[in-house]
Amino acid sequence: MEKQQNKEINEFLKKNYEYGFETDIESETLPPGINEDVIRIISEKKKEPEFLLNWRLKAFAHWKKLKAPEWSQLNIDPIDYQSISYFSKPKQDDGPKSLDEVDPKLLETYEKLGIPLHERAKLAGVAVDAVFDSVSVVTTFKDKLAEAGVIFCSFSEAVQDHPELIKKYLGKVVPYRDNYFAALNAAVFSDGTFVYIPKGVRCPMELSTYFRINEAKTGQFERTLIVADEKSYVSYLEGCTAPMRDENQLHAAVVELIALNDAEIKYSTVQNWYPGDEKGKGGIYNFVTKRGDCRGENSKISWTQIETGSAITWKYPSCILRGNNSTGEFHSIALTNNLQQADTGTKMIHLGKNTKSKIISKGISAKSSQNTYRGLVSMSKGASQSRNYTQCDSLLIGNKSGAHTFPSINVNNTSSTLEHEATTSKISDDQLFYCQQRGIDEEDAIGLIVSGFCKEVLNELPMEFAVEARALLQVNLEGAIG
Amino acid sequence: MSNKKEYVLEINDLSVSTSGSKILDGLNLSVKKGETHAIMGPNGSGKSTLAKTIAGHTDYEINSGTIKFLGNDLISMPIEERSNLGLFLGFQYPIEIPGLSNTAFLKAAINAQRKYNNLEDIPANEFLLELKSKADQLGLDQSFLSRGVNEGFSGGEKKRNEILQMLMLNPKVSILDETDSGLDIDSMKIVADGVNSTRNKETSTIVITHYERLLNYLEPDYVHVINDGQIIKTGDLTLANELEKKGYEWLTKKK
Repeated sequence: MEKQQNKEINEFLKKNYEYGFETDIESETLPPGINEDVIRIISEKKKEPEFLLNWRLKAFAHWKKLKAPEWSQLNIDPIDYQSISYFSKPKQDDGPKSLDEVDPKLLETYEKLGIPLHERAKLAGVAVDAVFDSVSVVTTFKDKLAEAGVIFCSFSEAVQDHPELIKKYLGKVVPYRDNYFAALNAAVFSDGTFVYIPKGVRCPMELSTYFRINEAKTGQFERTLIVADEKSYVSYLEGCTAPMRDENQLHAAVVELIALNDAEIKYSTVQNWYPGDEKGKGGIYNFVTKRGDCRGENSKISWTQIETGSAITWKYPSCILRGNNSTGEFHSIALTNNLQQADTGTKMIHLGKNTKSKIISKGISAKSSQNTYRGLVSMSKGASQSRNYTQCDSLLIGNKSGAHTFPSINVNNTSSTLEHEATTSKISDDQLFYCQQRGIDEEDAIGLIVSGFCKEVLNELPMEFAVEARALLQVNLEGAIG
Repeated sequence: MSNKKEYVLEINDLSVSTSGSKILDGLNLSVKKGETHAIMGPNGSGKSTLAKTIAGHTDYEINSGTIKFLGNDLISMPIEERSNLGLFLGFQYPIEIPGLSNTAFLKAAINAQRKYNNLEDIPANEFLLELKSKADQLGLDQSFLSRGVNEGFSGGEKKRNEILQMLMLNPKVSILDETDSGLDIDSMKIVADGVNSTRNKETSTIVITHYERLLNYLEPDYVHVINDGQIIKTGDLTLANELEKKGYEWLTKKK
């Protein structure tokens, strides 16, 4: 039985990456290499104030002193940082414009990716900031959001229009000293998204950024900064794709979230960067630092991530539970296939009293892939009466893949409660037979079983994206036993 | 016997082994449209092997013989195609699929069947109305439909869920493998009523059971006894009644 099903599952897992096309668009790309001049050029191109250039230069000086970290459960070919170009943008574009002025080729690209940028289109309830290589090409529904007082724009625009907010919040949650990739990002970041929700405002629509890497031999280094002022609420989603290429490309982003008193930020990611081919050639290195600061009392930050792409994923969206009674959540699905590697998890740092965190991690590993959950729950002395619940489930498909779980727990008070549950399971032949006996073919059966396994996390996604996420899981399960 | 066209299932000289040991040994069984057949026999005689072999479970190796389903060669047919053509197996031990709701699972199954027949997906309303009415018929609560497939179900719930799936999929031939085991008397009555509600000139049923009680409700046309991988005796309901009183020994010894 196993033999025949292995064969069928293999065929299923061989499907192709749908978003691997390349847009033929003239671009302006800096020659490869990183040095102070490159940083000055990027800053100058973006007409940045001096404080920002100085911050970049300090970050670069710090980065030069650092060594790439080696502690993860990952095999990473050495990265030659001098062979990467740190800035690339479509030539025509000089910052975001109205939709009418955007190069039709770019609109077409996003259309193909299922992200229509026309405001009347199917994602009518979602405002989109479209980032293409190093720059934001357009942001939709800005006017409508402005009516509510919400600022939703590219990072570059925010630097020009709201420098005081940038100065106040940039690098406060993820300082450039935080880690190797955060320092690199701080030095060379090119664009990204800025969101500010004013006091008492419930953001009237879903916000999202769609990241696309197009140009070869470039890296994408963007920053997202979301500030939710007191008693505000925002739900934000990011999506990512890239063309199929033989060489690895680096994506090293930084995301900072700040929630003030009684504010809530819901941050969702559907990451589908090109994962490389079945022999492990090419694919994106996705090395991302994401952290949320529940600064205010009763604030809440929840991370939901669907990680299906990238050759290597290395990210730990985390929450600092500073405010009393604040809540942090992490809901994750990481699916790896072929030779993909994922090392992902979260850190919940409980500082305030009566803080709560919940971690639900679902790892699915197929073929020869490796999937690691790495997490830290820390209860400080002052975090009395705090609670954490962690559930880490792994699903193995076939018998060559690996699932690893490294949970760390530090507790420094006696009144906190922690629960940790972990399971590892396999898709059984009996489950497949049962589905097939009900007329469902192997491919759909695997998709159904996996979506059942991921249910709690899929339920966390905004409705507009839940269906797409299910479809994405199915497509990315191509060829699961090997 | 009448016109050959009426046969929905024809098993000829079927020999099957698993992990090297022979289970079925030259078994013959023919089922006509609209008939109900009961299969009884001691433990290990090959009843479940027969059911799983017909459904296409690949743990079972067919050494010789033929199986025709609605005139098609069944042995070369993929498992899901057998189902989509109208073959249903009620599992002795229904399988759990955690997190996948019963409703989503059934919808996927129905749409797979419709796709096979070049039909559009079932409209959501139509599906839900039918599901609700069938669930009511089996005394299953609404909340049952949103639970994971067989996840944490009691033995009785699992068996009723099999019947629910059967009613929704509307098969041409149903094989119920010990669907009555582990059921209390009330549940057995409900299950039997469910099966009886599908009985008409179009549907054939094969019931594998150890007990006469279910058969008294179902009133099968034939009762077969399997021993050592062969059907050794065929009769009607009175045979089941006799077995209930005397056990199998008088039959198996004679052989």
